[in-house]
Amino acid sequence: MKKLVSLLTVSAMVISLCACGGTKTEEPAETTETAVEETAQEADASTEATEETGAAAGVMPAIAKEDIKVGVIHITDPAEGSGYTYTHDLGIQGMQKNLGLNDSQIVRKNNVSDSDATAIENAMRECVEEGCNIIFATSWGFMDTCEALAEEFPDVIFSHGTGYKSNGTNFNNYFGRIYQARYLAGIAAGLKTESNKLGYVAAMGQENSEVTGGINAFAMGAYSVNPDCEVYVKVTNSWFDPEGETQAAQALVDLGCDVIAQHCDTPNPQTVAEQNGVWGVGYNSDMSKDAPGAVLTSVMWDWSVYYTQAVQSVIDGSWTGENYFGGMADGLVDIAPLSDLCAEGTQEAVDAARKQITEEGFNVFDGVIETNDGSTVGAEGSTLSDADITGSMNWYFKNVVVK
Amino acid sequence: MDIIIKFLVAAVGAGTPLLFGTVGEILTEKTGHLNLGVEGMMSIGACIGFMVGYYTDNFFLALLFAAIAGACSALIYAVLTVTFMANQNVTGLTLTIFGIGFANFIGIFVLNKSPEGTLKLPERITAAMRGIHIPGLSDIPVIGELLFSYSPFVYIGIIIAVICAYYLNRTKEGLNLKAIGENPGAADAAGIKITKVKYINIILGGAICGIGGVYCSMIINGGVWISDNVGGLGWIAVALVIFANWQPSYAILGSFVFGALRVLKYYIPQSVFPFPIAFYDMLPFLMTALVLVISSMRKSGRINLPAALGLNYFREER
Repeated sequence: MKKLVSLLTVSAMVISLCACGGTKTEEPAETTETAVEETAQEADASTEATEETGAAAGVMPAIAKEDIKVGVIHITDPAEGSGYTYTHDLGIQGMQKNLGLNDSQIVRKNNVSDSDATAIENAMRECVEEGCNIIFATSWGFMDTCEALAEEFPDVIFSHGTGYKSNGTNFNNYFGRIYQARYLAGIAAGLKTESNKLGYVAAMGQENSEVTGGINAFAMGAYSVNPDCEVYVKVTNSWFDPEGETQAAQALVDLGCDVIAQHCDTPNPQTVAEQNGVWGVGYNSDMSKDAPGAVLTSVMWDWSVYYTQAVQSVIDGSWTGENYFGGMADGLVDIAPLSDLCAEGTQEAVDAARKQITEEGFNVFDGVIETNDGSTVGAEGSTLSDADITGSMNWYFKNVVVK
Repeated sequence: MDIIIKFLVAAVGAGTPLLFGTVGEILTEKTGHLNLGVEGMMSIGACIGFMVGYYTDNFFLALLFAAIAGACSALIYAVLTVTFMANQNVTGLTLTIFGIGFANFIGIFVLNKSPEGTLKLPERITAAMRGIHIPGLSDIPVIGELLFSYSPFVYIGIIIAVICAYYLNRTKEGLNLKAIGENPGAADAAGIKITKVKYINIILGGAICGIGGVYCSMIINGGVWISDNVGGLGWIAVALVIFANWQPSYAILGSFVFGALRVLKYYIPQSVFPFPIAFYDMLPFLMTALVLVISSMRKSGRINLPAALGLNYFREER
C-alpha cells in the first residue's frame, strides 16, 4: 500500500514536471512570435508613413537620434592590443562621439566566433531583442547570418564589414580601399630599404584578392620611388597565428629583408623587425606603440568615417542599403604619421602621392600593369574596376617575389 | 648554406614551447592521467609569467611564477581527477577552456589600465631572453650559431627533459611512477603511495607546461601581450607525446623535428617546391600518423603507452 502511494505521488510529480517544462518552453516561443508580428506590423506602418510623406530618399524610415540603438558584433575582444577588432571599436567609439550618442545606445557583442553559426545568430538576435536599429557585423564570417536575419527582421539594418552581398534595403556591406594607404606605406618602405628587399607577412596567398591587392599596392608604391627593390612575400595561411607570423617575419629577415610589412592580425612581425634591428610597417592601428624602434608608419583604418555616415543616414532616413567602398579621400584609410625612422624626403614623396590619390584621381591600379609572371593586366587609359580589385586580384606585381 | 643554418635556428625556436608542453605532459601521462589541459596550463603560465615580468622587470621571477601558475592549474586537475575521480578527458578540456579564458581576462584587464594601450615587456628583459652570448663559444662560425645562440629557454628545456629522462628511467621514484601508470592496483599492493605520487607528478608536469607558456608570451610574441597567445601549441604538444613514445629524451628530438616542420614553409624555396601552404601545415600531423604506424608495426619495439592511461584508480574497486 505504502509503495503504491509513493508510486502515485512520484508519477504525479513527474507528470507535473513534464507539464511545467512543456508550458515553459512554449511560452517564449509565443512571445517571440507575437513580437515578430508586431515588429512586422510596425515596419509596414512606418514604410507606409514614409511613402505618404515621400520626404526621405532612403529605403528605411528615419529614427530619432535619442531612439537609435546600435549593435556591434565583434569577432574578438576590442580591448586587446592593436589589431582588427580594436580598430573597428575605435571606429564605433568615434561614431558615438561624433553623433553624441550615450553609452546605453551602443550594444557590443564580443568574442563571437565567425565559424560558430549559432553563436553569431544568438548574438544578433540578442541585439535585435535589445532594440537595436542597426547592427554592424565586423567580420567576414558573419555575412550569411546577416543576410538571413535581414529577411526575418525587415525593420533592422544589418551592415556587414568586408563582404560583398546586399539586398538593397536593410542589408549591405562596407569595405575600403586600403590599397591606397598601402601604396603610401610602400613609398616609405621603398625609400628606407638599404638591401632593396622588402618583406611582407601575408595572412592569405595569391588566391585572396584583398591580401594580394594590398601586396601589389605596397609593391607599386615602393617601385614608384625605388625601381630596384623587391617585395618578398611569406604566407601564414591563417588570419590569426601569432607564432606563424613571428616565424614568417623572422624568415624574411633571414632572407635579407630590412623593412617588414604585414597583412595579418598581431604586431608580431613588427616586434620581430625591432628585435633584429630592421624596420617595419604596421597594419590596422598605429603599431609604433608596440615596436617603437622599428615602425616607419602603419596602414590604418578609420572606421568611424563609415560608422558615423551610416548611423547619421539612419537618423536622417536617407539610408540607401547600397554597399560602401570608401577610400582615402573619404578619410576611411590612411597611414599613421611617419616616424622619425623614415628616410629623408619620405614626407614629401608621401604627400605628393596622397595628393594624386585624393585630388587627381590616381587609383593605384591604373593603366597597364606588369605582373611577376611576365603577363600584363589592365589597359592604357583605364583603371581596374572595383569588382576586379575586390574579386579577381590573383596576380602579383612584377617586383613581388614568392620564395 | 647560410639559410640552412637560419632554418635550423628557427626550427629550434619553434620547437622549444612544444618541448616544455611535451615533457610536462609525459610526466602527467606516466601517472596514468591524460591531461588534455596542456593548452590551458600553458596559457595560465603565459599570462602569470608575463604579468610578473611586466610588473617586476625580473626574468627569473617571471619564470618562477609561470611555473607556479602552471603547477596551480595542474593542481585543479589533480584534485578533480585523482581525489574526486572526475572524468579525465572532460576535466582536461575544461581546464583548457578555463585557462585560455582566464589568461585573456587577466590580459585585457591589465591592458585596459595601461596608459600606452599596449603591454610591452621592458627591452632589458626581452633582450636577455632572446639569445645568450658566450664570449668565444658563440663566435665560432656555424657551431656558435647552431649551439650557443639560443634563448635561455632552449637550454632550460633540454636540461629539464634530460633530468626527466633520468628520473623516469634511473630513479626509484621514477620507476614507482611508471608502475602506477601501468598498473595502479599492483603498485598499490607493492606499498607505493599512489595518491601522493600522482599529485607530485601531475603538478610537476603542470609547472613545466607553465614555463612553456611563458615562452609563448615572451619570445614568440616579442614581449607584447596579445590574447590567445599560446595559439594551439598545447594541442600539438599532446600529439607530440605520442610521437615521442612517452620518452622525454625522444621529446627533445621530436619537438625540434616538429618545430622544423612548422617553419619549413617559410624557409623552403617556393620556386623549387611549389606545394600549397596547407600541405606544410599538415606535415607535422602526417609525421605523427606515420610514426604511429611504424612503431606499431615494429615487432621488437614497444609502445610506451601507460597501460592505465585515462582510467581513474579507485582502490575499493580493485
